[in-house]
Amino acid sequence: MVERTIVGAHYGLSGWLAQRITAIVMALATLVMVCGIWSASPLTYAIWKSLFAKWWMWLSLSLFLLSVMLHAWVGVRDILMDYIKPTGIRLALEVVFLLALAYYTVWAMQILWRI
Amino acid sequence: MPDLTAKKKRPLWYNLSPLNLPLPGLVSIFHRVSGALLFLGLVWFLFLLDMSLASEAGFARFRAYVGHPLVKLSLLGFLWAYLHHFFAGIRYLFLDIDKGVGLPAARASSYAVLAVSLALTALLGMRLW
Repeated sequence: MVERTIVGAHYGLSGWLAQRITAIVMALATLVMVCGIWSASPLTYAIWKSLFAKWWMWLSLSLFLLSVMLHAWVGVRDILMDYIKPTGIRLALEVVFLLALAYYTVWAMQILWRI
Repeated sequence: MPDLTAKKKRPLWYNLSPLNLPLPGLVSIFHRVSGALLFLGLVWFLFLLDMSLASEAGFARFRAYVGHPLVKLSLLGFLWAYLHHFFAGIRYLFLDIDKGVGLPAARASSYAVLAVSLALTALLGMRLW
């Protein structure tokens, strides 16, 4: 048994927790959206668009997209911490992926506002 | 009493190839690989979603695009990544609350995750085709 002194910050607990919470949100949203898409037929543009305009579909999609960005960030950071040892390169990659996710978030909002 | 003078064979070379991993290890590395794939595919997913919802013409382009065999093949890969990540993720959520941590249960649930995600990919893939 290793004696550990518990001092300092939160040891990544918030990231760990965010990953779990967003996972549950995405799993539920997936089930809702799969049911919605399953029930929509024939698949024309009008039906497709009005499907996503339904409040529960819109809510599921927006919660899903928001969650996926946070979830992906925790996962990407974990992978980078495991495999990219030089701090400078890791930091650079983290910035690149974080910027990508920020851009995706804005893009996702644009898609959602247009529905 | 163990023979303390017996010379141990060092170094030990373990075979760490994924094909030699126990099932839970296979689920674990696939969880990571599928997660990385999903992250890389996220931009593509947003592109498809945007195109399909943008306009009548965009929707028609989306349907034509998704009908391309290479796109269908990529979608199938993406679908597997999603399903595996989904079911393996649910398994990890249960492991987090100490459910199914025993070896027989962990093996059985790993097998279930691999089988169900592959079977669902095949099933949905056939429907998409």
